[in-house]
Amino acid sequence: MTANSLTIVAARDALKKREISAVDLTMSCLTAIDAGDGLNAFVWKTPELALEQARAADARLAAGDAPAMCGIPLGIKDLFCTRGVPSQAASNILKGFKPEYDSTVTTRLFGDGAVMLGKLNMDEFAMGSSNETSCYGDVVNPWKVDDRKLTPGGSSGGSAAAVAADLCLAATGTDTGGSIRQPAAFTGITGIKPTYGRVSRWGIVAFASSLDQAGPMTKSVRDAAIMLQSMAGHDPKDSTSADIPVPDFEAALTGDIRGKVIGIPREYRMDGMPAEIEALWQNGIEMMKGAGAAIRDISLPHTKYALPAYYVIAPAEASSNLARYDGVKYGHRATLAAGDGITEMYEKTRAEGFGPEVQRRVMVGTYVLSAGFYDAYYNRARKVRALIKRDFEVVFAEGVDAILTPATPSAAFGLGEMADADPVEMYLNDVFTVTVNLAGLPGIAVPVGLDAKGLPLGLQLIGRPWDEAGLLNHAHVLETAAGFVSKPEKWW
Amino acid sequence: MSIDVETARKVAKLARIRVEDAALPGLAEQLSGILTFMEQLNEVDVTGVEPMVSVTPMRLKRRADVVTDGNIQAQVLKNAPEAREGFFAVPKVVE
Repeated sequence: MTANSLTIVAARDALKKREISAVDLTMSCLTAIDAGDGLNAFVWKTPELALEQARAADARLAAGDAPAMCGIPLGIKDLFCTRGVPSQAASNILKGFKPEYDSTVTTRLFGDGAVMLGKLNMDEFAMGSSNETSCYGDVVNPWKVDDRKLTPGGSSGGSAAAVAADLCLAATGTDTGGSIRQPAAFTGITGIKPTYGRVSRWGIVAFASSLDQAGPMTKSVRDAAIMLQSMAGHDPKDSTSADIPVPDFEAALTGDIRGKVIGIPREYRMDGMPAEIEALWQNGIEMMKGAGAAIRDISLPHTKYALPAYYVIAPAEASSNLARYDGVKYGHRATLAAGDGITEMYEKTRAEGFGPEVQRRVMVGTYVLSAGFYDAYYNRARKVRALIKRDFEVVFAEGVDAILTPATPSAAFGLGEMADADPVEMYLNDVFTVTVNLAGLPGIAVPVGLDAKGLPLGLQLIGRPWDEAGLLNHAHVLETAAGFVSKPEKWW
Repeated sequence: MSIDVETARKVAKLARIRVEDAALPGLAEQLSGILTFMEQLNEVDVTGVEPMVSVTPMRLKRRADVVTDGNIQAQVLKNAPEAREGFFAVPKVVE
């Protein structure tokens, strides 16, 4: 086993004992990244910066009292602004953009001594569920069971593939409708979307501001707890960031959930759900029961309307957020013809810079916000969103501590297999995850088993608002009971 | 709700995205499909429900009305496709 395949926990302990240096650990990842080009996970490598940060981490570790993330090599999703390093949200419209500042999340991670190995591929502007909308091309899932190349999921597909293939110890992701949890499930890793407001959104390229939240994608639940600790906390630069204390997430992993109530929402038992997903879910229920939790059937009656509400609200917010890409302040500007004015500049720039899915969503958003349709679509969707949130509030008020559901409706599918599908079919990937964003709740995907072909499948746990600590503990119990240790066989 | 070619053209214009005439029928069809999907929302009784405006019920924080940033003109302009004399440069807007 080489150092790049370590968990954060194992690396932290080895670094503290000086059994390994941060430089050696970083070198091990950089070697794996260069050998992993076939996955197309890293779209911008920063080896010089990584080694500089690793040397600084070693000095800090030698001095003693270094934070847990000190010397831990990470991949950073391209959606995060990183100073002096291209940050393009995998879009041609941000070609050449090198931010003059760091996102709050990367500032916090680097402040704790974490090392950035490079920027990770993703769906353009985080709009996609298969990492096929990136201007850098598709990411390939390291899991492979036949001659097909599979999607790692999206939008944090590069993050998921990089962690699953041991190109880095962990990665940042963002989740607007499932973009951390679905790729985590498709690649057999752990991914948590925190409560809305737990992690600062400042310096993260905005998609849908009332739904976006960043979180860690890791090789274990304990790693997720450690990395979230570093990412979370109040930030005056994000007005929706919560000014409440961040508990010690790792200390919350007691493994004791006796007497806790786990809700099983009947509406998540979808028509046509594959028997394997159903069986996985049932196994998960037994595991939680075995750990002493009480299982309760619950109802979240508006679940069915979450996807249509999401696909009104998210594009509406995106159309506003993406209005800033106009060819003036940063990124791409189209070459203009003689006599072209500012409107032609906007129109040509945006037509050249945005890919088809982004264009589609911006136009859907523009339509639902336009005069005459605002009430019929946007306001109605916001009302339905309030009802979806209320569904959760009711079950939590009745004593439910966490909710267990499948993470995805299937295992990873083949790249290109959805190319001719209706856009709406791709949206169905988010069916189990999107409710959590609409309600602003924390949710975590944990790998639980393999399907008959040998591809990973995950379950999702949903927690009470601000109870990431409890949620992580529940996830830790599920992880321990499932004992998922499979890794993709190296073919790349 | 079905979107016709003229509506698709209008939406593209509002979104400031150039769409060639030949691509408009396909766009109209895709937008119609997505809007049909959204129409499920009409089944929900939303009588008396307030639209959600804030994800978590919290007051926006206030801060002292003081300058906290600034004097970074060069940094602001650094990524501009075209900048001149301390300004963003764009095609002529006013005749």
